[in-house]
Amino acid sequence: MMRSLSYWSITTTVIALLLGIPACVIVANIFVPAGDVWRHLVDTVLQDYVTNSLLLMVGVTIGSLFLGVISAWLVTMLEFPGRRLFEWALLLPMAIPAYIIAYTYTGMLDFAGPVQTSLRELTGWGYGEYWFPEIRSIEGAAIMLALVLYPYVYLMARAAFISQSLCVLDVSRSLGNGPWRTFFNVALPLARPAIAAGLSLVLMETLADYGTVQYFGISTFTTGIFRTWYGLDNAPAAAQLATILLMFVLVLLTLERYSRRRARYHYTSRRHQEIHRIQLQGWHKPMASLFCFGTVLLGFLLPAGQLTLWAIDTAGAMLNSKFFTLVMHSLELASLAALLTLCVSLVLGYGRRLEPGPTVNIAVRAAGMGYAVPGTVIAIGVIIPFGWLDNTIDGWMRAQFGVSTGLLLSGSMAGLLFAYLVRFMAVSLNAVETGLGRITPSMDEAARSMGYPPRHIMGKVHIPMLKGSLLTAILLVFVDVLKELPATLILRPFNFNTLAVRAYELASDERLADSASASLAIVMAGILPVILLSRSIAQSRHHDAT
Amino acid sequence: MHNHAIMMQLEVNEVTVAYDGKVVIEQVSFALEPGRIGCLLGPSGCGKTSLLRAIAGFEPVRQGEIKLQGKVVSRVHAMLAPERRRVGMVFQDFALFPHLSVEKNVAFGLQHLPARQRNTRVAELLALVGMSELANVYPHQLSGGQQQRVALIRAMAPRPDILLMDEPFSSMDAELREQLAREVRVLLKRDGITAVLVTHDQIEAFAMADVIGVVGDRRLRQWDSGYRIYHNPADRFVADFVGQGVMLPGRVLDKQRIEIELGVVEGPVPESCQAGCPIEVLLRPDDVIHDDASELKLEVKEKAFRGAEYLYTLKLPSGQAILCMVQSHHNHQVGEMIGVHLAMDDLAVFPLKPEDAARMAANNTTQHEAH
Repeated sequence: MMRSLSYWSITTTVIALLLGIPACVIVANIFVPAGDVWRHLVDTVLQDYVTNSLLLMVGVTIGSLFLGVISAWLVTMLEFPGRRLFEWALLLPMAIPAYIIAYTYTGMLDFAGPVQTSLRELTGWGYGEYWFPEIRSIEGAAIMLALVLYPYVYLMARAAFISQSLCVLDVSRSLGNGPWRTFFNVALPLARPAIAAGLSLVLMETLADYGTVQYFGISTFTTGIFRTWYGLDNAPAAAQLATILLMFVLVLLTLERYSRRRARYHYTSRRHQEIHRIQLQGWHKPMASLFCFGTVLLGFLLPAGQLTLWAIDTAGAMLNSKFFTLVMHSLELASLAALLTLCVSLVLGYGRRLEPGPTVNIAVRAAGMGYAVPGTVIAIGVIIPFGWLDNTIDGWMRAQFGVSTGLLLSGSMAGLLFAYLVRFMAVSLNAVETGLGRITPSMDEAARSMGYPPRHIMGKVHIPMLKGSLLTAILLVFVDVLKELPATLILRPFNFNTLAVRAYELASDERLADSASASLAIVMAGILPVILLSRSIAQSRHHDAT
Repeated sequence: MHNHAIMMQLEVNEVTVAYDGKVVIEQVSFALEPGRIGCLLGPSGCGKTSLLRAIAGFEPVRQGEIKLQGKVVSRVHAMLAPERRRVGMVFQDFALFPHLSVEKNVAFGLQHLPARQRNTRVAELLALVGMSELANVYPHQLSGGQQQRVALIRAMAPRPDILLMDEPFSSMDAELREQLAREVRVLLKRDGITAVLVTHDQIEAFAMADVIGVVGDRRLRQWDSGYRIYHNPADRFVADFVGQGVMLPGRVLDKQRIEIELGVVEGPVPESCQAGCPIEVLLRPDDVIHDDASELKLEVKEKAFRGAEYLYTLKLPSGQAILCMVQSHHNHQVGEMIGVHLAMDDLAVFPLKPEDAARMAANNTTQHEAH
């Protein structure tokens, strides 16, 4: 008994420490002098990074709250045409990575794009004779990010509205408050912690975004880290920028954790009743439908439609064997990463189940923290120690055997897989722990009292019950890896391209239409988790009803 | 004390169980004959579930030993694995496997049997609880009572040497509990199954068990029939936890007789009590009989309607309150004087703790001074 006790705490702690390496390396670099480069950065661009990041966060906050909270309220509390459809369709924008929606809207709204072209044809204006909003701006980036990130707010707010004890709302009505006052005075304040938790996820993604801001030419921390790393070739300075970014993230993480904790205590009653949705009357009805439709249109239908058109246009030139190789690379990388993450998260999940104690709990919690760390930061945090390890091994091998091993780790997929493991562990862990949570300890005991030794319980009870959760874990990580851009850019082996990297490269060369086939492939894969999510939502609604 | 001519199905000898060095059950001993249903009754957190889990083999014993059919299955540093004990267990949350149909759940412990025998046994058990039609349904489609029955027959299926039930009715509605408890009793008796039930609900315990052990504060206070637990509680804890009643102060007259405010009652007086020594007598509501002919008249202070009967609170001249259970046809008003007499077939007498005795003496003095 004692031996297995320490076995699990050692295993989980070792995993947590390994996964913590990137963040530790980054933070440790604040002690490495970065020389003039750092002073140069502070004097010239640091101010911009902070201002731009903050402005972007403000913009995304406004946008995602506006879209997320209102749509959540509409579909949970009101009845209007298309409500059931919008309930899940509002999740669709999650399928599109921010950088892809940015490429798409730029292609549509650019000077040479269809919108401005038809505007000129209609009015006869020429170049410079009219004003048109510039999409490549902070406002533009904020709108792009809000359009694809609001579903986090929507999901949390919707869950909060549903689980709010309806009695509380009824009490408010009976005390003489109308439906709108009830919303602002009771429902919204009660949902605030949940909304804050959703918003902090949105803002973490905003801070982590590289593709959008890079394409729009906005200097933020992520682009700054890239520039310092590649342009100035100064690792310590890049790491120090990353540390400042991490501090922003830490604030958001605290906000998220705090809000989630508070959200748990905000529901006074556990009883669920069938929600009596308010039937909207007259012109309110189409307004509600229009709001939801507009959101889905802008966040998904329009960009996805444009991508499809471009992909069809360029199919002849783009869908060749090179594209096929691209797809194969992406699939290979994503499935490897998904399987690896699943295995590690199973070890962590079982560690926590078989020996729940403070050590294991902290280790598992720490191992899941990578979701908050931007991909850029993780990449730098991986490449520094891997590079050092490579050089050390190479030097030692050369001294001992006269053989050069070269870039053994950082030149291979190992670094990339490790970075994905760090970044997406939480996704997989969450699914695994939910699955394990459904197998109550008494089920294990029931199986044992019916004559099954522990090693048989695994196959008879655990695997059949976990199957769904494990598939979910694999699918979610798989899609996240497909969409991931900055870490892949930095860590990919030489000449190893993925769909995301290719879309980025073609877009950077202003070949937006050519990048559409790669982008569309990513979006189509991204729809899978949305389907999964909407199915689980439908199920939870079913349980509420019974 | 036990009759050793009959082999005990379950023997628990001076068992102590501890979690993380904290003792949760201490020095407990009892034995159960084959085919009997025992019940561990006690407030939540008293350690009764830990004892049950020790019998099942999920918890090690710190001291003592547990025997099943005369064979030691648990003692200090040695325990037989739960899967090799031939115990069946019904869990508080039922622990039905959600990925298996009702039929497969019941067959789970029968894998060692050939398919035909297995199917026969499953069909027979399903028929026993009237659920043959639901064989292919999944647990989440069942009502709570149905889930409970499936959990029960799943545990019974392999014909365990003993069936253990951990608060099996706790998730049921109060009205359903007693009925289910009686139903389960009939099932167990029909198959001659030896069982131990853990519960905090005395009605459940009375409805189901042949013999009840009251557990309180880590110890087994009394291992006895329901009747004796109620009318002859071994200590104040049992008297307090089971049923209603009041403690009436009294004085020992001699080895057979005690004087209380309502007169002199007869019954065995504990050895430790000398004549004149202050004691308390347990008075149950059903010990006080309403009797219009009686000369003893008491004032009704409160009344509570219970359906079949009224529970009256009556005031003695000294101000002491007693309870009296009366058929509900006798509807008296608060403030009315009603006649009662005592019917104490069994006398439960408790010596006062020294400090209580001192306090009462002090009270008496102050009262005298006040006069």
